[in-house]
Amino acid sequence: MTTATQATPMTRLFASTEGRLALITLVVFVLMSALSPDKFLSLQNFTSMAFQFPEFAILALAMTLTMLTGGIDLSVVGIANLSAIVAAMILTQVTGSGDGVAVLMMAYAAALAVGLVAGLFNGVLVATLGLPPILATLGSGLIFTGIAIALTGGSAMMGFPPATAWIGNATLLGIPAPLVLFAALAFAMSLLLTRTAFGVKVRMYGANPLAARFAAINIDAMLIKVYVISGALGAIAGMVVMSRANSAKADYGSSYLLLAVLIAVLGGVNPYGGYGRVIGVVLAVLSMQFLSSGLNMIGVSNFARELIWGSLLIFVMIVNTWRAKGRRS
Amino acid sequence: MKIDWTRNETLVALVIAAFCLAAAIADPGFLSIATLTDLLRGGIVLGIFAVAALIVLISGGIDVSFTAIAAFTMYVTAMVLNAALPWLPWWAALGFGMAIGACLGAINGVLIAGFGLPTLIVTLGTLSIFRGFMLTFIGQKQITTLPPGMREFGRMMLVRGENADGSFYSLHGAFAVTVLVIILTWAILHRTMLGRQIFAIGGSVESARRIGIKVRGVQFFVYVYVGILAGLAGVIHASMARVANPFDLVGLELSVIAAVVLGGARLAGGHGTLTGTVLGVALIVLVRNSLIVLGIPSTWQSVAIGILILIGTGLPAWQAKRAAARSA
Amino acid sequence: MADALVTLDGVTKTYSGITALDSVGFTIAAGEAVCLAGENGSGKSTLIKILAGVEQPDRGRITFGGTQQGALNPRLSAEAGIKVIFQDFSLFPNLTVAENIAFSAEIGAGARLVHKARVQDTARRTLARIGVDIPLGAAVETLSVAHKQLVAICRALATEARLIIMDEPTTALTEREVRVLLDIIRRLKADGVAVLFVSHKLAEVLEVCEKVVVLRNGQKVAEGPAHDFDAASLTRHMTGRDVAATPPTPLPASAPELMRVQGLHKDGAFADVSFTLRAGEVLGVSGLLGSGRTALAKALFGLVAPERGTITLDGKSIALGNPLAAAEAGIGYVPEDRLTEGLFLTQSILQNISIGRLGAHAGASGVLNLAGLIDEARDWLKRLSVKAPDPDAPVRSLSGGNQQRVVLARWMARSPRVLVLNGPSVGVDVGSKSEIHGIIAQLAAQGLGVIVISDDLPEVLATCHRILVMKAGKLVDDLPTGQVSETDLAHRLAS
Repeated sequence: MTTATQATPMTRLFASTEGRLALITLVVFVLMSALSPDKFLSLQNFTSMAFQFPEFAILALAMTLTMLTGGIDLSVVGIANLSAIVAAMILTQVTGSGDGVAVLMMAYAAALAVGLVAGLFNGVLVATLGLPPILATLGSGLIFTGIAIALTGGSAMMGFPPATAWIGNATLLGIPAPLVLFAALAFAMSLLLTRTAFGVKVRMYGANPLAARFAAINIDAMLIKVYVISGALGAIAGMVVMSRANSAKADYGSSYLLLAVLIAVLGGVNPYGGYGRVIGVVLAVLSMQFLSSGLNMIGVSNFARELIWGSLLIFVMIVNTWRAKGRRS
Repeated sequence: MKIDWTRNETLVALVIAAFCLAAAIADPGFLSIATLTDLLRGGIVLGIFAVAALIVLISGGIDVSFTAIAAFTMYVTAMVLNAALPWLPWWAALGFGMAIGACLGAINGVLIAGFGLPTLIVTLGTLSIFRGFMLTFIGQKQITTLPPGMREFGRMMLVRGENADGSFYSLHGAFAVTVLVIILTWAILHRTMLGRQIFAIGGSVESARRIGIKVRGVQFFVYVYVGILAGLAGVIHASMARVANPFDLVGLELSVIAAVVLGGARLAGGHGTLTGTVLGVALIVLVRNSLIVLGIPSTWQSVAIGILILIGTGLPAWQAKRAAARSA
Repeated sequence: MADALVTLDGVTKTYSGITALDSVGFTIAAGEAVCLAGENGSGKSTLIKILAGVEQPDRGRITFGGTQQGALNPRLSAEAGIKVIFQDFSLFPNLTVAENIAFSAEIGAGARLVHKARVQDTARRTLARIGVDIPLGAAVETLSVAHKQLVAICRALATEARLIIMDEPTTALTEREVRVLLDIIRRLKADGVAVLFVSHKLAEVLEVCEKVVVLRNGQKVAEGPAHDFDAASLTRHMTGRDVAATPPTPLPASAPELMRVQGLHKDGAFADVSFTLRAGEVLGVSGLLGSGRTALAKALFGLVAPERGTITLDGKSIALGNPLAAAEAGIGYVPEDRLTEGLFLTQSILQNISIGRLGAHAGASGVLNLAGLIDEARDWLKRLSVKAPDPDAPVRSLSGGNQQRVVLARWMARSPRVLVLNGPSVGVDVGSKSEIHGIIAQLAAQGLGVIVISDDLPEVLATCHRILVMKAGKLVDDLPTGQVSETDLAHRLAS
């Protein structure tokens, strides 16, 4: 009680997970700028960062949504690759006219359809059949990846029309297209979670599934929607990866799965459901990207990123629990 | 003994039997010692991993970092033994790996038992930390010349023989280690109070605290033991592959957990058997090794494993859901 | 006083400024059974925790067998022979009966290995000591509630037990099972073991007790020999007032039929249940735990799917086993276990109310009119006089009575036709209880049909026009409230 009356804007900021994360992001940014001011603070660096992170950040959005219900979607990367391969098959086998925009649209539609159907499959497993999400999506993820392997024999598919490159490599008024795409998706997700009945139900269900049932929430329909949206986000991430790599392969982005979980948890999403904000996830993505780019510049290897991401995750968890314990006593 | 049809073990055993029957019909040569030794060989490292995953699941937690511990351990063991202790015999090399694994497991143990952090998040974090640390500070290149102790262990065979068609079969000595691990773990789980306390905290942490079980101590032991087993599995993997590749093993963790759950362990804790775990591993290895015999191309392997996981975990889940709807 | 087993003297405990126990003192002698009675929030559970060594008192002295205790901890208490049987029994559902019984004894003995024969022997001996036969190899999760309690008692007895504290021992037991329990208590007393019953419903165990201690608001308000107390005087001491059962204003004869339940049947839960509910009527359904009352309550709201039967509201039949359809038709359900079934504890008070009204405040696009939603929820807080300093705070910060009003508000905001209230005042303080009863009367006056499911007989008598008695899944009596006394009703429930 006493802390509430003495709360200054500063203390209130650090009382929230997102507030502390904002501070961490800022500290990382300042630190990296100080370590290599000329390289880190260059326009070129910012552009390259903006091209790099959207693909896994979109997957983290999918993870956030499923984690809010107390679930998880371990099949997102599988969905991304399978949709990319379906799209790639259309792009390589259907010969369109000119720049291939029409074929590209057709490929995108097919990829999105794959994402939606895969998500529906997960939703039915979790909602209708009652499988634990972690096992349901682990199994379905293997199936999606497996189909992707079976379709391609495991090799990469290449040779796309030039228009394919746009979504991953172009700029829009100087802003990288993937960044614009991620910003739009993050904004939409934030609206979905805070301003719609669906979003409220998702959070309430995550907080207490039993009470949700007793409050006459249509749980099955809500869960199916959650996994369908997650599947669609997976497909979109797949399109970005395909565009940036200019190819599609069954095992692309295999490290993105853990990364997406990591980002969501770092962003303050409660993996047992009920709490999470898009702004937290965005801050977590930014701090991770600043950290890895900055370290890259001072010559730290790519693998050190993993080390630092893991350490950051555990550090934040310790701070969060320590604070929660302090509050309780 | 009465057969309990509701148990996962029964289901998995039936699937294995059906698979073998179908394979034997498709190819009479399937039922051979060579197939069996291949199967057993494939189960050596997976089996140890699965036992480790089982003990964590029983205690009510989940550990996804054991593959990273194994990779870290095998790489460091090979490197350190090559550089400083080339004279160590094979059993000491295994012991060295177990010690490193124990240290890494202790880190998980401190974070989980000491700080009270959620197990999934901690081990997700340490998975990245162990792997990242190894690849950044220790090395990324394969070690193709293993230290003599590991090389010696790599050549050890329990059984060696010649097939009818003139090809050779053999069963690696490490299989004995896996069997020992299973026996030892069974003894810990069922013949020591420590093991019963692992079951107890998996059944109800709150009740365990109330009757004076030192929950933190038990949890700490669990993660150290997992570390030891992972370290052992890592050194065995490198010895059998005759190379220490730092990029190996990581990525297997979820499939191993799936195999254990397939064998009847529950994610909620308190339940799980070694018989079920062994059967779960056997099924996964069988599918990996022998899908081709059934006329299914090996590219469909992961689809088949995925379907097995969904059926194996889906049937009990669906039954539970129906039972919940039936009762009031 | 010399033979006092446990003496408490001036024990005081405060939690962040709130006094949970205010210099409470009494003694328990060896072989004596003591009733510690009190409403929820009277300080009973704090007292248990202090005796068990889980919490330390701020002031006061605790003496075990003549020696004064310093700071207690769970181990010291257990070594002194003080055993607590918690309401949830704290057993291991996945382990066998034998292991559960012998677990603490084995740990206490410092065993490192599993001594199977010794475990079986301990279990068999303690079961024999209380004269009960339960298969040793059965997993505890497969046992009935009564058997689980017996296993918990055996576990307490498996090590040197001098005082057994039983938290709410009879709530889940049928009358026959209570008889068995009382016989066991008599045996224990003859062995010199003391028993402390802690409960808000102690009338049933009075006959085996020597002494009664009543707590109210953390203070001892009454103490005396058990034969000086009866159910009515216990209630009076616990609540601090005479709760006279004044039946509600009678229902006008013209009140139209609202809901009709016909031939509702669910295997193993309830059979052939038929009744009608009129507009403005408050209908009580009373029965012991396990009588099928909760299953019936859930079935009315679609949470349990009956195999046969019909439920009609205003002549329209409602799909069975579908809470969405029930809610859509105008049935609301306030669950028994508020904390796990009723509330989203970590979510805000406002959200807990507005969750039922999302559909009404969402536009065609699915976007919510947040302002409207929040205003409405705030309005309900005011109407039900919920004491919530910060409506955006998590709902778990509220007291039991205010939490219950939040759940009520959620359903009332949906303007239901029928409200099913399962244990409407479980775990709320006395003041809130009468206010909740006032809300029930108001709802009925507005023409709603209210079904109150409760085993709190004074409550049923005070709120309901008519009481249905449920036993072994069947409705056995249909009694107008005016014509039945509490004793009569208690007898009909349990016989």
